[in-house]
Amino acid sequence: MSEVGAKPILQLRKICKKFGDFTAVNNINLEIGAGEFFTIVGPSGSGKTTLIRLLVGMDQPTDGDILLRDKRLNDVPANQRPTCMVFQSLALFPHKTVGENIEFSMKISGVDGAARKERANELMKQLRLPLEYYSKNVNQCSGGERQRIALARALAFDPQILFFDEPLASLDFRLRKTLEKELKDIHRETGKTFVYITHSLEEAMVMSDRIGIMRRGSIVQVGTPHEIYNRPRNKFVAQFMGEVNTLEVRRSGEASVCSTGDGQQFQVAGIPAEFQSGHLIIRPEAVKIGEAAQGLENTVRGKLFNSYSLGSRLQYQVRSTSGDSPWLVEMLQDEPYTGELDDEVVIGWRKEDSILVSD
Amino acid sequence: MSKWWKPGFLTALPVLLFLLVGFAGPLLMVLGYSLMPPKTFSLIQMPTLANFISIVKDSYYISFNWSLTLALTTVVLLLVICYPIAYGMAKLFGKWANLVTVLVAVPLLISENIRLFGWVLFLLKNGILDGSLKFLFDASAPSVLYSVPAIVLGLVYVYLPFMLFPLVIGLSMVPDTVKEAASDLGATRFQVFREIELPLAMPGVMIGCMLVFILALGSLAESKILGGQVVVMIADDIESAFTFAQNWPKGSALSALLILFSGTLVFYLFKKIDLDRILGRR
Repeated sequence: MSEVGAKPILQLRKICKKFGDFTAVNNINLEIGAGEFFTIVGPSGSGKTTLIRLLVGMDQPTDGDILLRDKRLNDVPANQRPTCMVFQSLALFPHKTVGENIEFSMKISGVDGAARKERANELMKQLRLPLEYYSKNVNQCSGGERQRIALARALAFDPQILFFDEPLASLDFRLRKTLEKELKDIHRETGKTFVYITHSLEEAMVMSDRIGIMRRGSIVQVGTPHEIYNRPRNKFVAQFMGEVNTLEVRRSGEASVCSTGDGQQFQVAGIPAEFQSGHLIIRPEAVKIGEAAQGLENTVRGKLFNSYSLGSRLQYQVRSTSGDSPWLVEMLQDEPYTGELDDEVVIGWRKEDSILVSD
Repeated sequence: MSKWWKPGFLTALPVLLFLLVGFAGPLLMVLGYSLMPPKTFSLIQMPTLANFISIVKDSYYISFNWSLTLALTTVVLLLVICYPIAYGMAKLFGKWANLVTVLVAVPLLISENIRLFGWVLFLLKNGILDGSLKFLFDASAPSVLYSVPAIVLGLVYVYLPFMLFPLVIGLSMVPDTVKEAASDLGATRFQVFREIELPLAMPGVMIGCMLVFILALGSLAESKILGGQVVVMIADDIESAFTFAQNWPKGSALSALLILFSGTLVFYLFKKIDLDRILGRR
């Protein structure tokens, strides 16, 4: 597990949450550093929303401790925790104006009107909300504006940790991309600790300092985006990253060679001592096709049966002569494979691009 | 094709006619009669304000006052009683909410008067309550029948569904996440209630209050059956003017005043409270 760079602000010790017989969150240990942008990624139903609800105090863990700067947080009610959350639904107050929404936390803690307005205006400026929106009803604002209002409202609370529960999920692709980058900017500008939840690893990659991958209530891997991408701990993490080529393999007699059930042998950069059997993962973009595959350590013969454009890249599907599941090959748009469908082709990859995982 | 000759207008026509004949017509007749000379039965006479003048001169303000006081008391009591039940039905009871709905709605299938006479039997001296207490504990129940509290009891009992159901709808319109967000931003339970829940549930609260207030203002049976006419409510006066006194113009004038009063109140309140904004439509 990758270590926290800064001093941890939030520590989870053996956190469990059970609903009857169902374990939603199972024995999670995690440290999040002060000022870090930490993202928890997992498919729907992996328990990430349950986990964040425990962290903000809307639910109580069945077991384990949550520590904020070494102080136990379990029994502190949500409204007394120095943390704040941006909801998936945003949960803006529909009967209040943009200004009233942003000022809410200051109003209830008794900050006077002028100071509230000044702070609200500052935040609106920082989040690129037009100042004349101050007295506008939140329902008249667009999706992106509502995101910014929700964020401004949370920042106005001045939380020690800001939690996000998939706030961008409902937005269209372009707006989501813009806001991801803005969020990253705001994280840098404010220096606050952000804990973000999403089902999109791509989103996590763009924004995060570190990522925790969650599956069936447990965290299966924690690391920087680079580590997660290059050294997935298991097949689940590798496949969660996107489409990958997966082969069931086991240790062969030779060092740096693993073999499949039907006797194919593939070279890897090194086989860990404890590895007996598992999966060989090769990313589509690491696989070359045609001439580009010549001379690589690993090659497979097959027939090209499909090709797609993915925008900046081209994807090819190749059915190998040994008949295992179709191989995916991705090439950059400017180095396309020029052959025809149904061509006999060779695909190949370097041994450094063979990723070996044990389950 | 001329403008009014459109499918929309044509399909609305039957309802329009029905409303004109069945709703606007009688109201206009009441208004017309209120301007006729006292104790006459024709609408084709010289209009006069004599009825209104005699209402102001006589002591009708007493029964107006009683109606108003009792209606307001009923509204306040029902708000206090129904809010927690409605909250439970909207947020906590889950599938049991349906059972509560049925339990509250079933009595509506029985005539109001019969239900009120049931209360009379219950509260009567040597009735169910008093008799049971005497039999079981050798104690006697305080005599509440034929008193103002008995009237209030009747009003609260009869109009409970009219407050409860709008409140349930109002409270179920408040999203849980919005309340959680407020609490997450540091609001105490009471602040969440005041700043978020109540304003967002206000449409339901308003409709419940309005229904109960207007119905209670024009109520008659409770004061007659449970109150034994210890107080006279305005509906009593209107009834006696039309029946016993055979003074239709006087009864009409009283009705007109009552309608004017409740109408103004309703319009004023709906104007004052911006439902569109609360409902997030504007």
